Amino acid sequence: MYAFDFEKPSSIAEAVAALKDEDAQALSGGQTLLPTLKQRLASPSKLVSLGGIAEMQGICHNDAGQICIGAATPHARVAAEVAANYPALAALAGGIGDPAVRNRGTIGGSLANNDPSACYPSAALASGAVIVTNARQIAADDYFQGMFATALEEGEIITEVRFPVPQSAAYVKFEQPASRFALVGVFVARFADGVRVAVTGASENGVFRWAEAEAALSANFAADALDGLALPADGMIADLHGSAAYRAHLVGVLTKRAVTNAA
Amino acid sequence: MTEIQMTVNGKAVRGTVEGRTLLVNFLREDLRLTGTHVGCDTSQCGACTVHVNGVSVKACTMLAAEADGADVRTIEGMAAADGTLSNLQQAFQDHHGLQCGFCTPGMVMTAAALLKENPKPTEAEVRQYLEGNICRCTGYHNIVKAILAASGQDVSAIAAE
Repeated sequence: MYAFDFEKPSSIAEAVAALKDEDAQALSGGQTLLPTLKQRLASPSKLVSLGGIAEMQGICHNDAGQICIGAATPHARVAAEVAANYPALAALAGGIGDPAVRNRGTIGGSLANNDPSACYPSAALASGAVIVTNARQIAADDYFQGMFATALEEGEIITEVRFPVPQSAAYVKFEQPASRFALVGVFVARFADGVRVAVTGASENGVFRWAEAEAALSANFAADALDGLALPADGMIADLHGSAAYRAHLVGVLTKRAVTNAA
Repeated sequence: MTEIQMTVNGKAVRGTVEGRTLLVNFLREDLRLTGTHVGCDTSQCGACTVHVNGVSVKACTMLAAEADGADVRTIEGMAAADGTLSNLQQAFQDHHGLQCGFCTPGMVMTAAALLKENPKPTEAEVRQYLEGNICRCTGYHNIVKAILAASGQDVSAIAAE
């Protein structure tokens, strides 16, 4: 790693101020950022830790029935604490990385990074979550803007993520056997007013909603409602782990499995 | 440079570190606690697993400065003061849960975290929990057996391999 200064503010306001310095970078759990820095793929002048900000920790429920997760809450805590109210989200959090990674990695860090193979973006998009920052609230539909690209401005910090709770939901991922990242992951969420299907790992544009599947499932929430539906291989990620056509095929298979699990 | 202090294996320690100093380097190089190993240095292998505030973390993927004020436990803190091995360490010895031993500190720390969360895990739960700890010698079989034995479960029916 190149040398950098380290700061650990105790409030969101202090963190925002610290991030105004040129080339300052926010650090959440560091499970992606630190490996990136070790490879010298980035050289921030200063890391601003978000780990000491009490108001960004923990899980609560608001009057709208949403689950509000502080952005610096680690995956292990989400897995344990939302299991009763949103089991599909808890299962997703409990399946990220390994136990030690889940004790450090955070939901805000994952969403800010928006890795095309990360799990959390699919949950946020399928749930219609609201990404709350120090400056504003962003609907998940507007937040994800492509591979590693989000609506966040320079120096803007995710402080909380609010999840509406669907009637039923499930997340199914096909793990890339070496990295255990999602080769493809599909999150299906069934709400009173329709079904949302979000796909991670597959597209060159990052997480996306599969509109045709949503329409079919909103009419008939059953795996066979997806019979005959297929995504084009165009725009899918192709690498040594799987071709574009293979990933497109996996989306269909995993969506059916998710619907079966959620039904 | 940043001044940090923490409790390591029950003892208050302090030091001065760079922003980029990893927790594992602080433990090994400043405190000379070399039981915690660096295997891959990319958070894959788990040889550097320690406990920070009661939960397992990969010490190669946490900054030392992030552990300021924390309660840290390493493999050196697992045995009693007189050197008597913990139940879990003894089970690794009894069931030959190691060969070269490089991964063992991380295996023991991860297993201790598992047994704290889940005192009587199934074999499948043990294998799942070891997902982030890689061993290139044993084939895991005797590690799993040792952990099950340490949890007080009968492992006599599990064949030695």
